[in-house]
Amino acid sequence: MGQQILNGVFVGSIYALFAVGYTLVFGVLDILNLAHQAVFMLSAFAALLLVSDAHLSLWAALPLAVVFGGLVGIALERLAFRPLRGRADSNISGLISSLAMATVFEAIALQIFGPDTSRFPQDTFPDRMIRIAGASASLLQLCIVGISVVLMALLTFLLARTRLGRQIRAVAESPRAARVLGIDIDRTIAMAFFLSSALGGAAGVLFGLAFNSISPDVGRSVELKGLAVIILGGMGSVPGAVIAGFALGIVEVFTVAHLGSSFRDAVSFAVLFLVLVARPRGLLGPAAAREA
Amino acid sequence: MDLLLAYEGLFAFVGINGLLALSVYATLSCGQLSLANAGFMAIGAYTGALITLHSPGVPFLLVLLAAAAMPAVVAVPLGLPVLRLRGVFLAIATVGFGEVVRLVFVNWDYTNGALGLVAIPQRTKLWTIWLALAVALYLLGRLRGSRAGYALEAIREDETAASTMGIKTTAHKLLMLVLGAALAGLAGGLEAHYTFMVAPGGYAFGRVVDMLVQAVVGGTAAFFGPVVGAAFLTVLPELLREAGARLGFSPGPFRLFLNGAILLAVILYLPNGLVSLPRRLRRRRLA
Repeated sequence: MGQQILNGVFVGSIYALFAVGYTLVFGVLDILNLAHQAVFMLSAFAALLLVSDAHLSLWAALPLAVVFGGLVGIALERLAFRPLRGRADSNISGLISSLAMATVFEAIALQIFGPDTSRFPQDTFPDRMIRIAGASASLLQLCIVGISVVLMALLTFLLARTRLGRQIRAVAESPRAARVLGIDIDRTIAMAFFLSSALGGAAGVLFGLAFNSISPDVGRSVELKGLAVIILGGMGSVPGAVIAGFALGIVEVFTVAHLGSSFRDAVSFAVLFLVLVARPRGLLGPAAAREA
Repeated sequence: MDLLLAYEGLFAFVGINGLLALSVYATLSCGQLSLANAGFMAIGAYTGALITLHSPGVPFLLVLLAAAAMPAVVAVPLGLPVLRLRGVFLAIATVGFGEVVRLVFVNWDYTNGALGLVAIPQRTKLWTIWLALAVALYLLGRLRGSRAGYALEAIREDETAASTMGIKTTAHKLLMLVLGAALAGLAGGLEAHYTFMVAPGGYAFGRVVDMLVQAVVGGTAAFFGPVVGAAFLTVLPELLREAGARLGFSPGPFRLFLNGAILLAVILYLPNGLVSLPRRLRRRRLA
């Protein structure tokens, strides 16, 4: 029982970290960024290259890969989202253009790394087990949970207390009003993309370390979970995504333990669908979900 | 005639991809994005293949009708709760649905898991495919300019306004989702009986991206646009394969890259797709 909760928290921390970036962009732009999973995948590959080819230590490679993810996010915004701003159907066309970018990113990864699974070198992280209250976890798992929680706390602080955070929240609330108040909308949205993609990238590196397998389609399964998490948490709600991420992780681990591992991905879909039927605004989302 | 024989496979896939692009167009025509069509296609393909394998005596027309009907039935409970909500929710729910369908087929022993069903008799002829495509085009063409067609356009332009005008938005959106599912299932059934096999790997997320690319590149403002896009994007990689190989690309990633880049270019610079190109060029010349 304790062991399962621990495993759930571990998986959930990665889901939460991934989904926080997802939901941040949705909150600001009202557009679902389907390329988020591709940034996740590219950052994982970037970290892998830095560790295995440039022989950096993981602690140097991780921040570099995270910044790389953020920069990919800025490029993504510039290429696929900014040109569509102000168009009437930007909701759907933004979805489609982000899907186009995801396809391009996946093609690049496929060309460079091939379709097979790549792995981190053996000695990337010390293999040590630690016992907590009758359950055992590896040092790696604890570090992953720790890093995710610290990053999410940093984001929460940034959104709540800093100038940039206030600007992002203002744009999310109403772009027009934000512009009247003298906020540079383009810059704010670009920064939101940087933050979102950096966190998505961090999730990718941690996921790659945790399961030690990275392939060009590694983002696909996480994407489904990310969608379930942001729906459950409430579209656009960062704290909602954090809670929902951990919740999904724990539910998933219990399902696998009791029903078998082939149900792992069905859990996300069941959660997603049930929330859409019963409470479309999710746990902490805004109430108006029926507007056109 | 020689040309037809040499490229029969290509012509067949232009037709099948045309049907698939139309299946995505069906929902796009009322401003909704359904990403479940690879899943619907899989359901249709497996339904058709299982009927043919277990009771070979059933006429092919009935097999195809079943392949179209099964996903249409599944689409109702999927769409009903989701379509009451905003546009993006259908996209979200359907991304999940497509993935779950694939996983079900991977894990299901009855359909031979990840290996899928093989040695399906080839019952699809080239003319069957093109006849099906013609019927689909006729239906969608008739929809244009009809009462329901105007309702769909109104929903696409402004859902709230449409519903204040007394249009039953949920019912119309559901109808198009069901129609799209039926078209995808039909295409799946046709393909299964053309390529001899069905396997879950053929219905992964990339497949629905292909359909979407073709529909959008062709143009979703005209009902025949998706077919133009499907023809263009099915033939183009064949033509460019040599060039890609000379640049050092492997064929798989090259096709993927091409798809993504073309989709991005079209959505940004030619929002109404290739079919709007002649008119745009003419207008530019006049200006």
